[in-house]
Amino acid sequence: MKLKSRIYNGTLYVLLCGELDEHSASYVREEMDKAFSSGIFKQIIIDLSELEFMDSTGIGVLIGRYKKMKDRSIPIYICNPSSHAEKIFKMTGLYELMPKIV
Amino acid sequence: MKSNNYMEVKFKAESVNESFARVCVASFCLPLNPTIDEINDIKTAVSEAVTNCVVHAYPKSVGDVVVRVEFDNNDVVISVSDEGVGIKDFQRAREPFYTTKPEEERSGMGFAVMESFMDDVQLQKNGEKGLKVVLRKTLRRGALSKQLC
Repeated sequence: MKLKSRIYNGTLYVLLCGELDEHSASYVREEMDKAFSSGIFKQIIIDLSELEFMDSTGIGVLIGRYKKMKDRSIPIYICNPSSHAEKIFKMTGLYELMPKIV
Repeated sequence: MKSNNYMEVKFKAESVNESFARVCVASFCLPLNPTIDEINDIKTAVSEAVTNCVVHAYPKSVGDVVVRVEFDNNDVVISVSDEGVGIKDFQRAREPFYTTKPEEERSGMGFAVMESFMDDVQLQKNGEKGLKVVLRKTLRRGALSKQLC
């Protein structure tokens, strides 16, 4: 599992690569929090184009990040989910917290 | 030829083995000609069941997880068993968003995901202690090709 991030035009872009499950969750949580606490940005876009697998542990990680950013009034958006990730997001209602953007 | 084939693997209830478990089950199911969506559903459900063992079954010492996969014509039947502390209230455990560890940022959607992705999910006691989760999924394309032939 790898995570890459960069800030461009006031947006923090986060790219998740690999498999997000119980084993990688603590690493993803830690790296996302590092990225979220550095630099100045008005919104966050999480790019899932290179995410190969995710289960409900990933939903817990994302909801945790949503709660932290909600306190700072910074919205989070999801882009490029696989059909599999999309199925989990729709089922769990995650898009109501983190809308999907194209 | 396809019916009654089975396999069983046993491994330590550690998160590093989750990926192995889901890939192992998915590979075994390939002779039934599943679609990519079906394989993804199975991998996710297995991952949820194994995560449950890793996170909840053994709070004091790490025990074993046994995953068994059996073909029942075009149904895949997967059981994920542990000998841990078990679950007192099956009904409650299946409720969406219910978690015993809210402080760990858990979604509480594990069983809901299993139920959504598989055709049937049963929770059973595993002998004196522990839990057995039995997951069943009918592979549609395999069933269709069998009808056509």
